[in-house]
Amino acid sequence: MAEPILALKNVTKHFGENTVLDDIDLSVHQGEVIVIVGPSGCGKSTLLRCVNALEPIQGGEIYLNDEKIDIKSKKLANLRQKIGMVFQSYELFPHLTVLENIVLAPTKVQKRKKEEVQQEALALLGRVGLLGKEGSYARQLSGGQKQRVAIVRALCMHPEILLFDEVTAALDPEMVREVLDVMLNLAAQGRTMIIVTHEMQFAKAVADRIIFLDGGKVLEDTKPEVFFEAPKTERARQFLSMFEFNVVKSQVEKVSS
Amino acid sequence: MGITIAILLGFICAMIQYYKVPILKRVVSVYIELSRNTPLLVQLFFIYYGLPKIGIQTNAEICGIAGLAFLGGSYMAEAFRSGLEAVDSIQTESALSLGMSNYQTMAYVVLPQAISVSIPAFMANIIFLMKETSVFSAISLMDLMFTAKDLIGLYYKTTESLFLLVVFYLIILLPISILGSLLERRLRHAGFGS
Repeated sequence: MAEPILALKNVTKHFGENTVLDDIDLSVHQGEVIVIVGPSGCGKSTLLRCVNALEPIQGGEIYLNDEKIDIKSKKLANLRQKIGMVFQSYELFPHLTVLENIVLAPTKVQKRKKEEVQQEALALLGRVGLLGKEGSYARQLSGGQKQRVAIVRALCMHPEILLFDEVTAALDPEMVREVLDVMLNLAAQGRTMIIVTHEMQFAKAVADRIIFLDGGKVLEDTKPEVFFEAPKTERARQFLSMFEFNVVKSQVEKVSS
Repeated sequence: MGITIAILLGFICAMIQYYKVPILKRVVSVYIELSRNTPLLVQLFFIYYGLPKIGIQTNAEICGIAGLAFLGGSYMAEAFRSGLEAVDSIQTESALSLGMSNYQTMAYVVLPQAISVSIPAFMANIIFLMKETSVFSAISLMDLMFTAKDLIGLYYKTTESLFLLVVFYLIILLPISILGSLLERRLRHAGFGS
């Protein structure tokens, strides 16, 4: 098998006394879509933030194409350009228009020509159904629109890997779909992605591999069919059962009778 | 002049506090407390009568500028600091995750937002400092108040002179005040509420 794009080796992270990530090993190959699921507080988001060196790690190593990601490294900004990140709360820059938001980093950081980036930005906006919104400010957009702009902004840097941190968690249900569709499209194009989500149907549809994280440990790392049909661990079974409404219903009936 | 230096001084102090520069951070907070908790008049006397004692020769005008800068610097620093703190740290993270350097993050993402938040406090400070110039007469600097007192002494027209004094302060300060609220409204229109 080819060398992985991203490799986490024995990554450990503490917040004070709390161990949030406990000896995590994970490798991601070109074109793979990894979905990380798990109960809240299990370290999913922290894992993504560590990959982007927004959080320091206390043990282990993270490599992107054999280059070590180190929060103190001088080349950190260079590495971060290759990692696109989309946040739950969109984090568009409120003082800039949609187009300026997208063009800012490619022109300032990568020193690309403004016209060229603008054209690319408009083409990408067209692909996510937002052509005509390039002059709007973030507060004039709906949550789903903002999140699509945030995805375009990340894409415009030509990252090698995309990280999605619960990008639909703050959205109204009818907007979740439009964002997930964009992500499904990206997956179909062969993008390498790591997605943290609570949308189980989506996870099943998009993932090449599912990582089940609990208590800062990788409990399962397997194909979605296996994970959703026959999870190996009891914790994973319990976790999945929370999404099963017929189970809830039978419990309600039991209680009421 | 004094106000310009105050703005610069305030900006530098706010940056030092924002980036938590060791040692300097302490110096800045001592300065801010010292300058905010003493009246301008006392500061002026200190500079005007104190500095020559340790061998620094000054004139009234330089003392006026220095006093205004010393007092204003801390108020401006607080205005900038509140603006910087109003920008969510995840905005910084978002900029960093796009590969921006710390400098770029500050210049293109944090500062524009911080400044538009601090504009109201900023304009209020400018007006406050302008009004404070009225104590300059105490160190025999020709400000409005001093001129008015002069005129009262010359012509004994106390009521008229004092009335004109009020009018002149208004003439100087009203445009700044109006400019401030216009600026505020425009900035509010252009930003925020994501």
